[in-house]
Amino acid sequence: MYTQGLDQAGKSDPAGAETKAQLDAFQARVDAEEKIEAKDWMPEAYRRTLIRQISQHAHSEIIGMQPEGNWLTRAPTLKRKAILLAKVQDEAGHGLYLYGAAETLGISRDRMVADLLSGKAKYSSIFNYPTLTWADIGAIGWLVDGAAIMNQIPLCRCSYGPYSRAMVRICKEESFHQRQGYEIMLTLCRGTDEQKAMAQDALNRFWWPSLMMFGPSDAASKHSAQSMAWKIKRFSNDELRQKFIDVTVPQAEYLGLKVPDDKLRFDEETGHYEHSDIDWQEFFDVIAGNGPCNEQRMAKRRKAHDDGAWVREAARAHAAKRAKAAA
Amino acid sequence: MTPDAALIRYVTRLGDNALVLGQRMIELVAASPELEEELANANFALDYIGQARMLYTHAGEREGQGRNEDDVAFLRAEHEYRNLLLVEQPNGHFGDSTVRAVLFESFYVLLLDALTRCDDEGLAGIAARAVKEVRYHLKHSSQWLVRLGDGTEESHVRAQQSLNDLWRFTGEMFADDEVDRIVRDEFDGPDLNVIAGQWRQAVAAIVGAATLEMPADGWMASGGKSGRHTEHFGYLLADLQYMQRVYPGAAW
Repeated sequence: MYTQGLDQAGKSDPAGAETKAQLDAFQARVDAEEKIEAKDWMPEAYRRTLIRQISQHAHSEIIGMQPEGNWLTRAPTLKRKAILLAKVQDEAGHGLYLYGAAETLGISRDRMVADLLSGKAKYSSIFNYPTLTWADIGAIGWLVDGAAIMNQIPLCRCSYGPYSRAMVRICKEESFHQRQGYEIMLTLCRGTDEQKAMAQDALNRFWWPSLMMFGPSDAASKHSAQSMAWKIKRFSNDELRQKFIDVTVPQAEYLGLKVPDDKLRFDEETGHYEHSDIDWQEFFDVIAGNGPCNEQRMAKRRKAHDDGAWVREAARAHAAKRAKAAA
Repeated sequence: MTPDAALIRYVTRLGDNALVLGQRMIELVAASPELEEELANANFALDYIGQARMLYTHAGEREGQGRNEDDVAFLRAEHEYRNLLLVEQPNGHFGDSTVRAVLFESFYVLLLDALTRCDDEGLAGIAARAVKEVRYHLKHSSQWLVRLGDGTEESHVRAQQSLNDLWRFTGEMFADDEVDRIVRDEFDGPDLNVIAGQWRQAVAAIVGAATLEMPADGWMASGGKSGRHTEHFGYLLADLQYMQRVYPGAAW
């Protein structure tokens, strides 16, 4: 999954060594839709913006394994268990792939992981919400992967080559996940009253956090303009959010579920759904660490890392012995 | 016991081993020592769940009473699961789960290999597919055991302790019962006495490469094959069966 429109910009050239000619030539390449590759010259701020965005995306994949992993041992059928396990495995693969893409920009995976564990690096706010029922697995696939796809499809055309290529592959798998999630919801909505209620409850809890995945509204989004100019970003947060709502509301109707927004209505003139204001305080609280599961997610990640220290050390020691013996 | 009844029980038992080990490995998701291992663990767990599905489906078909893979997997009482005690043991630390994998997989790969030549076509087909997967799992787990045994002083001590602790669950793999004997005699199935010798040799080679000591054969725990489990199993089952028990008859 799941990049989030946090729109953090990298710091600009600290040493002041970048010339106008370099910057203009770079912008001309971007404007001509050329792909920027790892060894190409790039502005420091471009590099840092990408490192931040790609590593945050990678961290989101890794933390995102937890809420879904929460239902792996309890999945209701063997087929569902296998599908969910394959999905969680895909997420680990996406994480690996994205860390690799970020490493092309000159940062090590160890550094990125250290930043995640110290709390310096962010991950998508959506994973700080709990998965309380099996229907949440359906809602996450449908809504969260659905929102991620909206965010990520344009990233397949991102100006940075390694990231855009990673996104092509990731998006294919994400759309598969999204369909699986919707299919879980469909099965629940065609099931017993208890199952329908479970599906509605999951939609109620995941609707607003899913809309927040697109990041702050354009008016409050400080760094979007630069990312747009660099063609890291192709559409504004609000544009993507609107597109998601327009696609998703009819899907909810098909399921027979009610989107939890009393002001939601279709505007014939604009061809778009109007919706209530988003509670941005909740978003900023969760980003700041004050969501329902922030502590829990980070504690689990840190524990896995700490518990594995002796194992990684053993692997290094063994590799060193082998290298010495071979020399 | 009729040959058919023994075969159904045998196939279900194989499914139970795969399901229970898969379920234990699933508990390790998002808790691996590194990201590459996260992928490997999920991948192997997926193989085991896949094997359980094939085996239960086959058992259900041979039985002919309309039970599908989920009926067999989720809707039995604890004593009706007949997996080895070894595979239901808690994950412990990475050394424990690695040793569990090495001990079981080095047995399972031999068993599956023999089953590819058995007279039950369905089971032979499943074994032919599964043996390729498990060969790879074993390669992976034994490489890890070597790294741990021949890594740091701490990892060596931990790996040896894991090996010593889990050794008592290995005897059950080779203690044949009526079901094993009927499948061996009527379906040209594996001979556990033969496999025991091969297994010991294979494990000794891995343990040696890991610079560890083979534990002495002391008292051996048993009971899983006849449905008497360790206390850990009830909790595993509570998770596994939760949805099917709380919402009986619902489709998912």
